[in-house]
Amino acid sequence: MSVEQTDQNVGVGAETYGGVRTEQLWRVRLKLLWNSLRSSWAIFSENPIGMIGLVIIFIFGLMALSHPILMATVWDAATYDPIVGFDYTIDSHPSAPSAAHLLGTDPIGRDVLSQLLYSTSSEFGLGIVAALVTVTIGTSIGAVAAFYGGVIDSVLMRLADLVIMIPSLPLLIVLGAFFELNLLMLAFVIGILSGFGGVTVIIKSQALTIKVKPFIEAARVAGGSDFHIIFTHIVPNLLPLAFLYMMFTVTTAIFSEAVLSFFGLMNIRMSWGIMINLAQSEGYLLRGFEFWWLLFPASIAITLLCAAFYLVGRALDEVVNPRLRKR
Amino acid sequence: MAEAIQQDVKARVHRDKPLVEVSGLKKYFPVSSGIFSRASSFVHAVDDLNFTIMPGQSLGLVGESGCGKTTTGKLLVRLHEPTAGSILMQTEDGDMEDIAHHKGTALRQFRRRTQMIFQDPYESLNPRRTIFDTVAEPLTVQGIGTLTERQERVAALLNECGLTPPEQFMYRFPHELSGGQRQRVAIARALIIDPMFIVADEPTSMLDVSIRIGVMQLMSNLAERFGVSYLYITHDLAVARYMTDQIGVMYLGKMVERADTEELLSNPLHPYTQALLAATPVPDPRLSRDFINIKGGISKPVDPPPRCRFYARCPIADEFCRDNPHPPLEDKGGGHYVACYKVGVAGA
Amino acid sequence: MSKLLLQVENLTMHYGTRGGDVRAVDNVSFTLAEGDSLGLVGESGCGKTSIAKTLLRLLPDNAKIIGGHVWMGDTDLLALPENEMRKFRWSRISMIFQAAMNSLNPVYTVGEQIIEALELHMGVMDNTQARARVAELFDLVGLDPTFMDRYPHEFSGGMRQRAVIAMTLSCNPDLIIADEPTTALDVIVQDRVLRKLEEVQAKLGMSMIYISHDIAVIAEVSNRIGVMYAGQLVELADSVEIFERPLHPYTFALMKSFPSIKGQRQILQPLEGEPPNLITPPSGCRFHPRCPRATQICVDEVPEFKDYGNSHFAACFHPLEEGDY
Repeated sequence: MSVEQTDQNVGVGAETYGGVRTEQLWRVRLKLLWNSLRSSWAIFSENPIGMIGLVIIFIFGLMALSHPILMATVWDAATYDPIVGFDYTIDSHPSAPSAAHLLGTDPIGRDVLSQLLYSTSSEFGLGIVAALVTVTIGTSIGAVAAFYGGVIDSVLMRLADLVIMIPSLPLLIVLGAFFELNLLMLAFVIGILSGFGGVTVIIKSQALTIKVKPFIEAARVAGGSDFHIIFTHIVPNLLPLAFLYMMFTVTTAIFSEAVLSFFGLMNIRMSWGIMINLAQSEGYLLRGFEFWWLLFPASIAITLLCAAFYLVGRALDEVVNPRLRKR
Repeated sequence: MAEAIQQDVKARVHRDKPLVEVSGLKKYFPVSSGIFSRASSFVHAVDDLNFTIMPGQSLGLVGESGCGKTTTGKLLVRLHEPTAGSILMQTEDGDMEDIAHHKGTALRQFRRRTQMIFQDPYESLNPRRTIFDTVAEPLTVQGIGTLTERQERVAALLNECGLTPPEQFMYRFPHELSGGQRQRVAIARALIIDPMFIVADEPTSMLDVSIRIGVMQLMSNLAERFGVSYLYITHDLAVARYMTDQIGVMYLGKMVERADTEELLSNPLHPYTQALLAATPVPDPRLSRDFINIKGGISKPVDPPPRCRFYARCPIADEFCRDNPHPPLEDKGGGHYVACYKVGVAGA
Repeated sequence: MSKLLLQVENLTMHYGTRGGDVRAVDNVSFTLAEGDSLGLVGESGCGKTSIAKTLLRLLPDNAKIIGGHVWMGDTDLLALPENEMRKFRWSRISMIFQAAMNSLNPVYTVGEQIIEALELHMGVMDNTQARARVAELFDLVGLDPTFMDRYPHEFSGGMRQRAVIAMTLSCNPDLIIADEPTTALDVIVQDRVLRKLEEVQAKLGMSMIYISHDIAVIAEVSNRIGVMYAGQLVELADSVEIFERPLHPYTFALMKSFPSIKGQRQILQPLEGEPPNLITPPSGCRFHPRCPRATQICVDEVPEFKDYGNSHFAACFHPLEEGDY
């Protein structure tokens, strides 16, 4: 890749620094970012597993977008609202799929397809917030622990050990019982748990290998402060790995939400987990295929979206670790 | 342009005073013996070094791996803090300032005068930063100049370092450059802040033969133009011959011999220097070499006995060497310093 | 002239990569007499290690041998099936790899590892017999035989390198290929290892191929020197001859750019430019973009690797003459 060339010559000696037309730095950086994204994409796109994951995520994205559009155009709010809707034209609920309700209605008369589509965007939001929290905590704590070592490292790592030791699902259940978590709270709790646990440990070990590179010493000789070295030299080199663990956190977050909702421990009105929870509480869960539309749409959605982020993560692993790459 | 950056480097240095004056420099590293116990033994990586470097002169530090030459370099740029001793460096006003235990602002101020070039051109440049970011880093972190001034200065310096046209290199990443080009980038980074003194740690040992000479010549030319002195660390006496005015030979943390480069190569006095010279291969099958057999191999200076460090391997050592402390580095005539009891005064 | 041990004819090998084929070894021919030592010198990426790996057929999966023959007696090593080739390795040709001293397994003693190598190639042996052989090999490379029950970490770098040499000698090979055998070692240790190798070679009468980027090391140990550039052998001659009368401008440039502690302090001359990319090497003579003597013919045609007398081979249209040095 080559950067735009200026047509003017540079002064010959160090005495004549003037005369060079400098480019707008932000434009150059944008271009470089674009180039690096493009080359990473070239590697990623060769991986069928990653592409399958990406296609699934893309479809779910379309589903999330379609709900408000459908509500505004085709679907009448009173009948199709995912939370308070009710179809008076049908005698008994749950009703099997029909032309009006492609995935049928739930035990209290609401459209299952509408619920499924409506929940998609909040699942995405949950996953992304949890992942961002994870990465922010994991990289900063990992980098700081690796950089300073000694007491700071020991304290942070023992804390991380503690978080790893506590089984996160039971903890979430206990927390849910006390606080009635909403989605944002859940995202933060999951983000903190996975960020301050395994991800910190992995990122720290990576940070240790970067910390001893000569370019860190070079930055120090240049006069760089600790802050400068951590955030312009160590953290950028951790980001690819952090990004990878972001994908895995999304999977954890969506899955945890489903479990908590299933137990009715979430303070939210609609989600895939709640759809299954309702099927269970109304006694339709263990009746095999008879009421399949109450169970399968939500559970398949959970499975597919979790799997999709996991697959993307696996493919990103190859972009991040060239050693895994086939020639 | 950029008066803030550019200074008249040559007028800055007081030629009649030493640029660097090191005395009694020591660096001991603890050998950890367990997690809970305190270290009881120490590696004497650098043990009582004394030398001066005059402005415009370059000193070569030569020795085998583990002899303490890199530690010395890192002490002089204060990547390590000395265990004992002083490092006097000339400041912009011509005063001598002991930087051995500088911290905070004083240390940052000192970093404007001293820079370092590292051995490995692949590991010494951050792979995620552009060449511009890397070269401009000393200016950026010291807050010198505006962005445009920095860009102009980087372009000019890349040009000086043979990376032409500079626009082609400024916004590339290290992996797009060859080893020789990367080392030129590292040289530009070291020079951008107009230092008076540069520690060069084996800057050409990882480069290919045909590239190496170009980089060596670039370093010599720039040193002359910018009035910079080098502490040139190398294991290769042949390279040191071309890059330095004086050579100091180190063995297990001690300097065992120091003399003007040609004098040291043609008239080595210390038995270790003699062995080192005899073992250096010569790129010409018509020239024969002597063979000096010294016993054993180099070891780690962990709590060394007080006697001469070279005693165990020395072909000429006797009881006197065994029973007395490590010999002092003494002038044996004409500025040829040797630390050996068995070497008489020159001519005697 | 003594008997030929190895004849390499028009050897060509490419590595397939994402960006295209890397022409790592291109039409290389040389011979090696019994008891001779040949030094291959060149910069990194010039194909010298690739030649060694091709001779032993120890190539990665993406390597393709395009053509050529490697004759050892009447056998073409490139035509041998893999199981036959396996017998050839170690017993006829063995190799000291770059940084081989780090290849010793830390959990076994050095002696055990040599015995394992021995039994792999010579069949299971009686323990006392095997230990006697290891002691003999240790003695040969100047190591104390009582050290054979020690672990690699108890050895210094130079001792480990000698242990590796002992291992390669274990099956009495006719040819040893030493790829940068002393690159990671300090000068004094390097000197000892090289002298030991020379001594062992003289004692056992085998042939050696030394591979190094360091022309000084090559000059010390080999009596014939081959200079490689960009996958091709550009010059091959007896070592004194090549230093006295280099024909190829690259050989000359290499010598001019190598600093020495002996003799007059000469002005070193850098070679302009960088070695070419071997996916799309320059046309004609691959050295022409960096060559001060290049003319149009060097761009258009590939120079023949021919004998200039005295078994001094070179591939150049404008070889150096007496007045050029």
